[in-house]
Amino acid sequence: MLSQRHLALLLITPGLVLVAALFLYPLGFSLISAFSKDGAFTLEWFAKAFELYSTDMVFTVVIVLTSCALTALAAIVIAGTLTLGENRWIVGTLRALYRWPLFIPFIVAAQCMRTFLAKNGLMNNSFVSLGLMEPLQAVSYLDWRGIIATFVWKQTPFVALLLAGALASIDRATLEAGRNLGASRLRVLVELALPQVMQTLLVALVLSFVTMLSVLSVPLMVSGSQPTMLTVDMAFRINAYGDYATANALGVITYLISAGAAILYLRRGLSQEAPR
Amino acid sequence: MIRLAASARMVLAASLLAAFAFVLIGPILNLALWSVAERWYTPYKLPVTYGTRYWEQVFRPTGDAMASLGTSVWIAVLTVAFALALSIPAGYALARLKLPMRALFMVMFLLPQAFPSVAIYINVARIFYQLGINGTVLAVVLVHTAHGLVFSVWIAAAAFAAVDKDLELAARNMGASPLRAFFTVTLPLAAPGIIASGIFVFLESLDEFTGTFFVGVPQVTTLPLLLYNAAMGGNYQVASITALILLVPSVLFMLFIERFLRADVLAKVGT
Repeated sequence: MLSQRHLALLLITPGLVLVAALFLYPLGFSLISAFSKDGAFTLEWFAKAFELYSTDMVFTVVIVLTSCALTALAAIVIAGTLTLGENRWIVGTLRALYRWPLFIPFIVAAQCMRTFLAKNGLMNNSFVSLGLMEPLQAVSYLDWRGIIATFVWKQTPFVALLLAGALASIDRATLEAGRNLGASRLRVLVELALPQVMQTLLVALVLSFVTMLSVLSVPLMVSGSQPTMLTVDMAFRINAYGDYATANALGVITYLISAGAAILYLRRGLSQEAPR
Repeated sequence: MIRLAASARMVLAASLLAAFAFVLIGPILNLALWSVAERWYTPYKLPVTYGTRYWEQVFRPTGDAMASLGTSVWIAVLTVAFALALSIPAGYALARLKLPMRALFMVMFLLPQAFPSVAIYINVARIFYQLGINGTVLAVVLVHTAHGLVFSVWIAAAAFAAVDKDLELAARNMGASPLRAFFTVTLPLAAPGIIASGIFVFLESLDEFTGTFFVGVPQVTTLPLLLYNAAMGGNYQVASITALILLVPSVLFMLFIERFLRADVLAKVGT
């Protein structure tokens, strides 16, 4: 007779085998390829990666951090309005609107933004029609600004959804008490509500950070020119030169960047638990 | 005076909301405009001539788009079947059985999502190339399954955990075998959550670009790849129509997800 533990292991094994074959094995492959040349340890590929792509590394980190900061800000405004808003009409409209980009694929978002943010895209055209801008002032936003706009547009609903869920589950009495003592809604949000849901916000932001770091289609389609993001550089090393070693060195650098985000998150979690 | 201030605030709030709506809907509207624009060039703010010529081109039965749509749906269906075959047993084991190192296994399924994926996919492509399966539907299905497995396993585990244990015990007490209790009681009760996870995996597969870009080319052209090729080739109309086709299931899912994923299941995801 099979024991329950053996049965459990038997049931879970096929799924684990797939993850091992398509994630752990290629991960090991990428590490070996990045750190070795003809079987011997070397840092040559990292030297080459830094020489060729150090601008893009800085560019990638700045873009992803800026996008995360703007996403957090937008999500806080949306979730805060949904939780503390007093006008039912505004709250209702916002609730109906904000989730639209939630499941829209990045590649579709990229195509939307390619048309919307172009020099003669709908955004500039609308500004000109409203008299806010002269036609000659119109410029294309299809560079780093376009990448950030696409990331924020796509990720804000996700972060706002999680944040609004967390805000809805905290104790209303404290918030009401703050309001009754004369605190403005902004103050109640920043000083009473947000500290209680910081953990949720950080989880959502770390997930968004890694997602943005992995997306190939947005930098590829929204901004064609240099500098660009590391994902595009990796694809270029492979497709143009078949240069797996340098591409994998760049890959290891993206692992380290995302590990940095995870460590920041974990350290905050630990320092929060310590005083208790 | 107070009424004046109140109405000023109202106007401010309404205009902020309008600006937000413009930013949110504008890009999608621009996409929709391009899909029916037969000619559109500067300095015209709106298309010069409208028409459905490109829609006809895309939906022509022999066209690239219909072939890509077929490929995409076929790959997504296979991915769902494969993912569910792996995640129903795994989810049951995680939710119901005594499993050593349970937390570690939960994290294992999350890992493919937690790492920047491009660096993984280039190596998967290399391995597949050595195996001679690069550029096949099988290769794409495998990559999509590994990518979607975290959703299907975690949601299946949550769905099984939300099923009342007493119902299973009642079936067992009345003489049902463990297998029979599973198929007649536990599985049907967990079905809504499992269907939700299947829809999730289906959409993830339909929308997936990066993995297909590396392991599917040049033989396998899914809709996202067709969209990419059309956009890079400067054919904004075909790119926009393809994007709209991909948009429909995503928006429908967004509107109906709460029907499928009940709150009690959702609360147990990832625990």
